[in-house]
Amino acid sequence: MIIDLPSTTTSQVNNKLVEVRERGGAVALGRVLTLVIVTDDGARTEEAVDAANDASRLHPCRVIVVAKGARKAAPRLDAQIRVGGDAGASEVVVLRLYGPLADEGASCVIPLLLPDAPVVAWWPFEAPAVPAKDPIGELAHRRITDSAAEKNPIKALEHRQKSYADGDTDLAWTRLTTWRTQLAAALDLAPFDKVTDAEVTGEADSPSTDLLAAWLGWCLRIPVKRSKTTSGQGIVSVVLERKSGNVELHRPDGKIGILTQPGQPERRVALHRREVQDCLSEELRRLDADEIYEATLKSLSKVVRTKTVAARKPAAAKAATATAKPVAATAKATAKPAAKPAAAKAAKPSTGAAASPNGSAAKAKPEPKPARRVKAGT
Amino acid sequence: MTRTHWRNPLRDERDKRLPKIAGPCGLVIFGVTGDLSRKKLMPAIYDLANRGLLPPGFALTGFARRDWESQDFGQVVLDAVKEHARTPFRQEVWDQLAEGFRFVSGSFDDDEAFDNLVATIQDLDRVRGTGGNHAFYLSIPPGAFPVVCRQLARSGLSAQNPDQWRRVVIEKPFGHDLTSARQLNKIVNEVFPEDSVFRIDHYLGKETVQNILALRFANQLFEPIWNANYVDHVQITMAEDIGLGGRAGYYDGIGAARDVIQNHLLQLLALTAMEEPVSFHPGDLHAEKIKVLSATTAASPYDETTARGQYVGGWQGGQKVPGLLEEGGFAKDSKTETFAAMQMDVNTRRWAGVPFYLRTGKRLGRRVTEIAVVFKQAPHLPFDSTATEELGQNALVIRVQPDEGVTMRFGSKVPGNTMEVRDVTMDFGYGHAFTESSPEAYERLLLDVLLGEPSLFPVNDEVERSWEIIDPVLKQWASKGVPEKYRAGTWGPTSADEMMARTGRHWRRP
Repeated sequence: MIIDLPSTTTSQVNNKLVEVRERGGAVALGRVLTLVIVTDDGARTEEAVDAANDASRLHPCRVIVVAKGARKAAPRLDAQIRVGGDAGASEVVVLRLYGPLADEGASCVIPLLLPDAPVVAWWPFEAPAVPAKDPIGELAHRRITDSAAEKNPIKALEHRQKSYADGDTDLAWTRLTTWRTQLAAALDLAPFDKVTDAEVTGEADSPSTDLLAAWLGWCLRIPVKRSKTTSGQGIVSVVLERKSGNVELHRPDGKIGILTQPGQPERRVALHRREVQDCLSEELRRLDADEIYEATLKSLSKVVRTKTVAARKPAAAKAATATAKPVAATAKATAKPAAKPAAAKAAKPSTGAAASPNGSAAKAKPEPKPARRVKAGT
Repeated sequence: MTRTHWRNPLRDERDKRLPKIAGPCGLVIFGVTGDLSRKKLMPAIYDLANRGLLPPGFALTGFARRDWESQDFGQVVLDAVKEHARTPFRQEVWDQLAEGFRFVSGSFDDDEAFDNLVATIQDLDRVRGTGGNHAFYLSIPPGAFPVVCRQLARSGLSAQNPDQWRRVVIEKPFGHDLTSARQLNKIVNEVFPEDSVFRIDHYLGKETVQNILALRFANQLFEPIWNANYVDHVQITMAEDIGLGGRAGYYDGIGAARDVIQNHLLQLLALTAMEEPVSFHPGDLHAEKIKVLSATTAASPYDETTARGQYVGGWQGGQKVPGLLEEGGFAKDSKTETFAAMQMDVNTRRWAGVPFYLRTGKRLGRRVTEIAVVFKQAPHLPFDSTATEELGQNALVIRVQPDEGVTMRFGSKVPGNTMEVRDVTMDFGYGHAFTESSPEAYERLLLDVLLGEPSLFPVNDEVERSWEIIDPVLKQWASKGVPEKYRAGTWGPTSADEMMARTGRHWRRP
């Protein structure tokens, strides 16, 4: 059932919700959270709502969609209530905000939040610069962004790193769970040997690849190489080097991964790219701060970026920095301390890592900066 | 570095996203052509694979007396998966899983077939890297256990080795009385040590049953009143609306008490009545269950505290159904009970004086399993008697299936200008609040077998103790009388109602 309430107020929406419940017995039972989806007034919004409805079968929730319309229009609030078959196991309230109201989404959301139940905010596309300081983000216990859906995913990830607050999470991180699971399981098996070197390859604009490299770097306390490729989608391969033999996981076609490790036959693993609803369900499962994600973000700056494997990009400058990097590293190390507080902060937890045998951790620190600067310029 | 000193750097206890994946291993199912295997086990294996919880090299071997090739077996599994799996079908998951399917044809007394099985398993270790870790699922009648166990021992398949594991999974019935249960345990334990034996009681894999522990021990709200001071009695019901057509071979001579009360209902009783375990480690959990079962006895005299019945034909839910004696395969004078009810006393400080009523039956009103904790009447009611005429006892009902959830019944004022109090219901439905796609009980249990995580499986002692509890009742039933007849589609024989009425109580209509 879909009920349209053009040019309305939130108290009218609330009254209507109560009325629908009393008249139709529409399910108000067992809602475990309120999910606020913040988007624009475009067609993509429906995709997000569909994903939320799907996830609601696992986590019944009230979904509030805040769709920001034209800012130049006269201030107006259009609402739509969807229950029953049109809303999965959830009830959906779509709020379209026009004019000056478009920036006042939070004031429209507050009256519609379920009592006591946790609030999750989700920006399926462009996210605010600092989610935790956004008016809607401030209401939420958990804030879900998606760097992969932004215009410049890698840059978005850098913003996440700077703006991290407990409760933040990103779908680029969620998409990694299957990869991390397989890698962790591979290291559960003999030979129980230290990983000495690691490399992660993926598309240049795949934030998940960056996060995977950062996560491995944080866990293994070694500098992890992040290479770019143009063949394949998203993450393409991971290589963990060990004295007793490498653990390698390749996914050339975006569906099936091939896992090789010493003492085991080569194996095919189902590693299909995860759908948004699948990731969203995983995110809604736990609402506490994700310490591992935080640590991973912090070690992003320690990832060693290398040149494109199947070089297609015109960026001669980038290639130059890439080759220049190892050489310039020592020189830059002297320039660093004065320069950037962010890197210094990120470097702190690595003091243990810096002591790693080959000393490359120390070399790694200064590198990301120039790479980033180049990217920001292009 | 050895396994024990190895700390996987990629695992962090704070990382709750990473699920436990079983290490490389294989599963061998005996009796793979059976109903259970097709409807539950095969779909559960696919669902586990689809959720990414099976190891990449997982192998599934079927053993049965069919002239099949591995491809034919794959087709059978595919059909079963397509029909019964709960997660959507994905070709790439299937392809990867199907590579590990094998089939061994033969009967249980055929040495050659078991030698073939050994060869198949060794081949899997090589090709699929199952690493010598194998679980044997005996989905076969208990009569065949000795011969299969002997064969497993003879062919060396059950040999334990510190770097590998071999486990055996067995289904109920775990014997038909204490003596036979001991015998069975002896046969199995001769071949597999007790910590490698997994007895499947699929009820314990259900989310709602596991939630009993969360409800009781994670909340402050319920535990303070969970004792004889406030609880009047507890009713545990498992009712089915289906009959026993086609199950005579298994059921005739066994009956409802052995089939359900001995295992499922006593396990539910143990979870409802036990004290708080120190932790959820399997050992601690078993210790508490054993303690409470040791304090449990069937209340006597049995003539007054038990009831049994047998359904006769009639109309049920718009269909004409036959009585038990008309079902094919049952003796015309069968004394097998299809309904059983008993009163249990739990003699602990917490529960002394609170009767636990257990009942189960076939062809009852509807299919339902629930645990109802019924509270005492408030000691003093400041209302006059007309105001509270319609007020019953407060109750907390854990609905195990279907429509999983929790119901609370309490009094509330009827709207209007007079003071009248009536029972109302407050409902919590898992159907809404969690999951249509939560794992099926078999999924959870199979995964636990592969992970070697025994907390949801009853151990030897629990099984034997349960028989000790109901054996005296069964003996008395066998020595005199016959089950009372009840019409299909009702809630059992009148003797069941009388048994409750003696103490001024009555069965809840579930």
